[in-house]
Amino acid sequence: MQLISILLLVFPLLGFLTIGLLQKQMNRNLSGILASVAIFINFCLSAFLFGYVISSNQVLEVPLFDWIKFADISIPFALTIDRLSALMLMIVNGVGLLIHIYSIGYMKEDESVNRFFAYLNLFIFFMLILVLGSDYLMLFIGWEGVGLSSYLLIGFWFKDHANNNAAKKAFIMNRIGDLGFLLGIFILFSTFKTLSIIDIADKASMMHSGDMTLTIVTLCLFVGAMGKSAQIPLFTWLPDAMAGPTPVSALIHAATMVTAGIYLIARSSVLFVLSPLTMNVILVVGAVTALVGGLIAIYQNDIKKILAYSTVSQLGFLFMALGLGSFSGAMFHLTTHAFFKALLFLAAGSVIHALSGEQDIRKMGGLRSKIPFTFALFIVGTIAISGIPPFAGFFSKEVILTAAFEHGTAMGVFATCISLLTTIYMFRLLFVVFFKPAGKDFKPAHSVHESPKVMLYPMAVLAILSTLAGFVQLPKLFSETQGFDNYLAPIFATANGLVAAPEHGLSVQTEWLIFILPLCVIALLVFYSYQRFVNAKELTPATGIEKVLADKFYFDEIYDFLFVKPIGFLSDFFRQAVDQTIINGFVNAIGNGTLFAGKRLRRLQTGNVGFYLVIMVFSVIAILFFNIIL
Amino acid sequence: MIIVLLLVLPLLASLLLFTGKLGKHSRDFALIASLVEFAVALVAGYAFTFADNKILNLSLNLKQLLDIDIIIYIDSISLMMVMLTSLLIPIIIASNNNREVRNHNFYALILLMQMALIGVFTASEMILFYIFWELALMPVFLITAIWGGEDRKRISVKFLIYTVVGSFAMLIAILYLYTLTSPHSFSFESFYQLKLPYSVQVPVFLAFFLAFAIKIPLFPFHSWQAETYNVSPVQGSMFMAGIMLKMGLYGIIRFILPICPDVVAGGSLIFLPLILFGVIYGAIIAIRQPKLKKMIAFVSLSHVGIIALGLLSNNQYGIEGAILQMFSHGVNVVGFFLCYQMIVIRTGTDIISDLGGIASSAPRFATIFLIIVLANVALPFTNSFVGEFLILLGLFQSNVYIGVIAGLTIILGAVYMLKMYQQVMYGPQTIATQKFADLTTGEIMLFVPIIICIFWVGISPSFVLQLLQSAVN
Amino acid sequence: MGSAITQFQIIPLQYYILFCSALFSIGVIGVLAKRNALVIFMSVELMLNSANLLLAAFSAYRNDPAGQIFVFFIMVVAAAEVAIGLALLVVVYRSTHSIDIYKLDRLKW
Repeated sequence: MQLISILLLVFPLLGFLTIGLLQKQMNRNLSGILASVAIFINFCLSAFLFGYVISSNQVLEVPLFDWIKFADISIPFALTIDRLSALMLMIVNGVGLLIHIYSIGYMKEDESVNRFFAYLNLFIFFMLILVLGSDYLMLFIGWEGVGLSSYLLIGFWFKDHANNNAAKKAFIMNRIGDLGFLLGIFILFSTFKTLSIIDIADKASMMHSGDMTLTIVTLCLFVGAMGKSAQIPLFTWLPDAMAGPTPVSALIHAATMVTAGIYLIARSSVLFVLSPLTMNVILVVGAVTALVGGLIAIYQNDIKKILAYSTVSQLGFLFMALGLGSFSGAMFHLTTHAFFKALLFLAAGSVIHALSGEQDIRKMGGLRSKIPFTFALFIVGTIAISGIPPFAGFFSKEVILTAAFEHGTAMGVFATCISLLTTIYMFRLLFVVFFKPAGKDFKPAHSVHESPKVMLYPMAVLAILSTLAGFVQLPKLFSETQGFDNYLAPIFATANGLVAAPEHGLSVQTEWLIFILPLCVIALLVFYSYQRFVNAKELTPATGIEKVLADKFYFDEIYDFLFVKPIGFLSDFFRQAVDQTIINGFVNAIGNGTLFAGKRLRRLQTGNVGFYLVIMVFSVIAILFFNIIL
Repeated sequence: MIIVLLLVLPLLASLLLFTGKLGKHSRDFALIASLVEFAVALVAGYAFTFADNKILNLSLNLKQLLDIDIIIYIDSISLMMVMLTSLLIPIIIASNNNREVRNHNFYALILLMQMALIGVFTASEMILFYIFWELALMPVFLITAIWGGEDRKRISVKFLIYTVVGSFAMLIAILYLYTLTSPHSFSFESFYQLKLPYSVQVPVFLAFFLAFAIKIPLFPFHSWQAETYNVSPVQGSMFMAGIMLKMGLYGIIRFILPICPDVVAGGSLIFLPLILFGVIYGAIIAIRQPKLKKMIAFVSLSHVGIIALGLLSNNQYGIEGAILQMFSHGVNVVGFFLCYQMIVIRTGTDIISDLGGIASSAPRFATIFLIIVLANVALPFTNSFVGEFLILLGLFQSNVYIGVIAGLTIILGAVYMLKMYQQVMYGPQTIATQKFADLTTGEIMLFVPIIICIFWVGISPSFVLQLLQSAVN
Repeated sequence: MGSAITQFQIIPLQYYILFCSALFSIGVIGVLAKRNALVIFMSVELMLNSANLLLAAFSAYRNDPAGQIFVFFIMVVAAAEVAIGLALLVVVYRSTHSIDIYKLDRLKW
């Protein structure tokens, strides 16, 4: 068992090193297969571990070596496999495998395809460290490592500075979050003298709720999660990150890496449960992000940007779930979201592929008949994400909405509204791309073509998962056994034990209401979208409030004004004014002053011996005189 | 005996080179000599690691002369610095391929410098330390003054005077402390046993601090740095950034911490913010610095400031992280300068905005440069992550606010490094970089030891940390 | 043996001091007033000898031979100094045909 866990890390690393070092020599078709095989083996291993964890109900601890160890600090390099990490293993390796296979087709024409697969394997490696790490510092290693892979992959086509800027932005914004995470780690270490997640949870569960230290720690950790999971105010990197190849957007910026923040909070559930203040902050930040992301998504015209803002919104929704204390609900939605969002991205990639790189939806239209398979898959994804039964999104959203209503009716209504935004922007996307008659000015370079099978099959698998994954856990109305909750119950047992259960569950009527009402609204919205977007001849330029939404609330401009410009100015000011003029000027002034004084004083050296003698004699007389007097 | 060998070997090789008899083979001879020196250092390290009493040292009492004991010893901190020196010198020598202009004297000076540096790191007696300290200044001064670029004379003299002023303050402090020892002795031990009252510690601290702050350099005593790096040949810059400024940090460990502990503990709120400001200041300047070499200087200012903060944090983690980071920084900055050199040799310019698109034509170089950039950004699994983590942890424990502000450097570090890397390596190619040839195997070999160090220290730092532990206590 | 010292002591010490001071002052004025390097040199010797005389006088009055030993040293040094100084003057005269100190001002700035 221990060996298998280690092998999980070995294969992606091996894949990365082999492909990376032999980039020049390796056949371009081989690298994709090699990388996929590595992940396939990983997937089998994960499935095995998953089965083991379910059947044995044990937590597997695999110490590898002592990483930092001296004096009283001891941070081992160790892996933990419990139900939570096993679930993440399945998602990362499963979705990862499908996207690897998809990429073989998608990246076929690219000149540096070998580099691409090397980076993908590197990403999986770091993601696994993140998921498996048994202490916060290991989590942090994976955390930074996926940030690195994300940076490399966003800037994969590095000849265009737009991509590089997006990559840089992603890395730096993540770094801001990372600082928060790091500070959280420092406080944790100062308080608990260990960084082991389990030990900290044990010790923290003894503390009382609302403890100041815990509040600060959790806020710091949440800042880290905000960076990685693209929450307001650190979310602007995610839409820009769409500059990377589409499979990357699917894998890293939709399914896996961006959910790391949710994973982190779920992992530290005990700490968070004990800090009600932080939970409220998370709830508010998540809700605002979900709302803002959803609103912006409605007015975007780039197919990938729409999906990106959708991801931002969904992530916000996940944080809302966490803030409501529904950890397993968040994990459930995380899982289903990984499936259908990856599917949507891959299908979008397929559309882009079919149109030879076109991403602007205003130039698309009527693709329904031209790429029917992609269309079918896209529909599955859209329905799933909109929360229409019996697709997966419905079940997972249901859990979260129930939690919201348990928290309060207002919160419930608000959450429902946010989740309904999804319907608007997704169906707008669907209708504009596939139903609307093609625009006149649209002339693709090549004829529109369906994607190859190597791309379609992975999408088909994801479509099946998006359809069926929800049945793991039916709503309480229909089923007594809560499959997913039960699976994760041991993980969140402590956390759930620490908070009082809601006094009364929702009445059956309310539950039906939550169940039925959104569906009706969804139906209305779909109808409305169809009317508005299919029949509209051109998408009219936005005005008023719509313009603000289309311009993404001017977040980038505000940040540019508040941070980028002042720092640039400060840099020039420090360099030219302070460093050159003041500091160096001061030092040089000392030197020049000495030189100047020397120039003046050397006039005394007349060369006239008589003058020297006079000076000498009178000086001696003066010295004698002062000695006698004083 | 092995320490004597460490000192004598470069000296002899240097003298032999000065005669000029070796002619064309000077470079090869110097390289071989430095490699032998490295081997000796490895043996010394081996002997040290498996010595019975790791806590103490391989101390050696040569002779008694004029009441001054000549003692040379190695503890784990010295060992680390000796290893760093002897590791980097072969790289520095091998990186010089300007055969025509730089003759045997160049290599002789480098080896002389090595001898002086090892002397500084192994001396256990003040006068000896001071002699080596000043001796180490001369070769780098001459290298800059003779083989430097534009305006080399003015800048090298400024550098010389600036550092000598600092050294002079240190000399006064040493002589003053000497008068307090009883019986009079210059050995470190007798200095450590002084229990100075606070009022005496303050001026002593200030004198030492001035000397080390200029050498390191710390804000606001850094203005020689960017100029001198800029004008010096790359090898000279490597020396200064990689090893020489570690002398200042080493001095802090050896003198300030044991002799003025109360000032370090009590006055931290006065000088830590100053250093901290310098750290942020250097990082911010680096963001928009148009010249690559000057940028490295400011990056170095920022990184070294962090190390100094760690040393003065009065916290065990901070100090130990800082010592580890001294090693890492030396390796990284030399790697950085190597990359700089590769670019300048091929393109003839180091204006960042003139460069671009190098990654398209030189993927191997891009990878290696990226690794070095990431090591400078302190990504996990690279050497500086461990050091910076421990330093920040230590700072955080000693003062929360300083820890938090110092943490900002991990953001700013990413900003300036990635901005630079993007400008230089990515984007469309420019006129200067059109014919950028990828690295040859020989050039890759230069990077190999650096990259090994980056990952080795990054992945398993425990070994080094535990060795250091004894000395830190 | 003490006869020489007693004879010295017949003359009061003040006289020696006054005489030496006068001698020294003459030397000083000579140094300051004269232009000829040779004369200045001689004036310097005068000052030196006045000091010597004073040393000898004090030595006699205090019965301490150290002062006289110093005088011997000073005389030796003065002799050496004269040898070098005159040699320098000769060289200077050869190259400039003058030993007027107001003309010898090339060692300036």
